[in-house]
Amino acid sequence: MSYGATFRVWRGDAAGGDLQTFTVEVNEGEVVLDIIHRLQATQAGDLAVRWNCKAGKCGSCSAEINGRPRLMCLTRMSTFGEDEAVTVTPLRTFPVIRDLVTDVSYNYEKAAQIPAFTPRPREKDGSHRMQQVDVERSQEFRKCIECFLCQDACHVIRDHEENKKAFAGPRFLIRLAELDMHPLDARDRREAAQKEFGLGYCNITKCCSEVCPEGIHLTDNGIIPLKERVVDRRYDPLTWLGSKIGRRPRQ
Amino acid sequence: DAVPGLFAAGEVAGGMHGSNRLGGNSLSDLLVFGRRAGAAATEHAGRRAGRVELSDDVLADAARAALAPFEREGGENPYAVQHDLQQTMHDLVGIIRTAPEMQQALDRIAALKERVANLSVEGHRQYNPGWHLALDLPHMLTVSECIARAALERQESRGGHTRDDFPTAEAEWGMTNVICSRTPDGAVTLTRQPLPQMPPELAEIFEEAPA
Repeated sequence: MSYGATFRVWRGDAAGGDLQTFTVEVNEGEVVLDIIHRLQATQAGDLAVRWNCKAGKCGSCSAEINGRPRLMCLTRMSTFGEDEAVTVTPLRTFPVIRDLVTDVSYNYEKAAQIPAFTPRPREKDGSHRMQQVDVERSQEFRKCIECFLCQDACHVIRDHEENKKAFAGPRFLIRLAELDMHPLDARDRREAAQKEFGLGYCNITKCCSEVCPEGIHLTDNGIIPLKERVVDRRYDPLTWLGSKIGRRPRQ
Repeated sequence: DAVPGLFAAGEVAGGMHGSNRLGGNSLSDLLVFGRRAGAAATEHAGRRAGRVELSDDVLADAARAALAPFEREGGENPYAVQHDLQQTMHDLVGIIRTAPEMQQALDRIAALKERVANLSVEGHRQYNPGWHLALDLPHMLTVSECIARAALERQESRGGHTRDDFPTAEAEWGMTNVICSRTPDGAVTLTRQPLPQMPPELAEIFEEAPA
C-alpha cells in the first residue's frame, strides 16, 4: 500500500543550508535510497547524493538518517511509521560539498599513510605457508566496504575537528590490526599505531561497531587486541629494560 | 578511425564475451584489459610532448552545449525521458525479442530523440544529477538504438540474444559481427563484418557445438 511520507532533507553547501521538507510516495519494500531517487526524479532534480550499487556493498550512500549513520540503501522504509518524518542529513564528521555529499578525503589521506602489506620472504620452495587459525584472525576486517560510517560515528573526530591530525579513526585502526595479525606481514606496526595513528585516543565506546553495515566487530576483534599488542611492547617492564640496556632493538 | 589518446577497457571496448554477456562477465574483462589499457595509456602519455591544443571556439561551443539544459525554459524533465526509454527497451528489446516489437522500439526511440533535444534542468552545477542525466541521455539513446538495430539485424538466437521468430543459432551468423557506426548527420548505420580467423592453435581447443 503506497503512502506519502514526510522527508526532511538537508540541502545546502559549504557556506550553509537547512532542512527542506518534501512529501514523497513510498511503495512496499522500498528503502530510503529509493525515496531519495524518487525525490530527485520528481521534485528536486539537483539533489546531490552519492550512491551506486543499491545493494549495501559499495559503501557510497552513507548518510545520517534520523540522526544515525546508515547506508540509505539498507534502511528499509518499513522501519518507520507512515506518520513518522524521516530526516536525512549528510555525514556530520566530514565537510559538506553539496546537499548529502561530503568531502571524505580525510580517509584517503589516512589510508595513504599506512605502509602497505609487506610480506616476509617466501620459503625455498616458493610458498608462503600459513596456519588457518592465523589467517582467520584478519578475515573479518577484509569485509570492510569503506563506507566510513564508523569514521563518522566516532566521537574522537565527530566532535573534535582538532583530533583529525592525530587520529586515524576506527576504519584505519582495524586496517592496522588486520596487517598486524596477518601471518605473512613482516612489518611491526605497533609503535606507529600508537604514535602516528592515535590508537590511544580510542576509549572503546564501540559506536563504530554499532554502525558497521558489514557487522564487523571493530572494537572487540580489532582495536582492543591491537591495544593489547601495543601495550605488550611499549609498557612491558622487561622489554623496556631490554631497550635501555641495548638487548632489544629501539623501535 | 581511431581517436588518438582515447583508451578504453571492458565492455565499452567491445567483444571479449560476445553473445554471452551475462552478469559478472565485466569483472574479468576489465581486470585484464584494464591493465593493458592502462599500460598502453602510460606509454602513450610518455611519448607525447606538451598539451593538447584546442581552440577557444571549440571549448566555448562545448561549454554552451553542456549548459544548454539550464538555459531552456519549460522543457522536459530528463528523469521522465529516461523512464520512458527504460520502459521502451524493457518491453520491446528485452529477453525474448521479436521483429515487430523491435521495430516499434525504433519508432519510439526516434520520438524520444526529439524529446531529448528539449530537456530543461534547474539548480546548481555541483553534483547535479538531473543535469548529468540530461548530458547522458543523448548517448543512452544512441546506445539503445544500436542495440535495437543490431538485435533486429541478427536473425538467429545466440547466447543472451533470443529471438522468438528465429529460435536457433545459425553457423553463418556465428561467424558474423554486426558493426554499428554513426553517419556524419548522426544517424546509426549497420554493417556485417566477418569474424577474424581464429588462430589454428586456439581453434583446436575450441569447438562450436552444432546448432
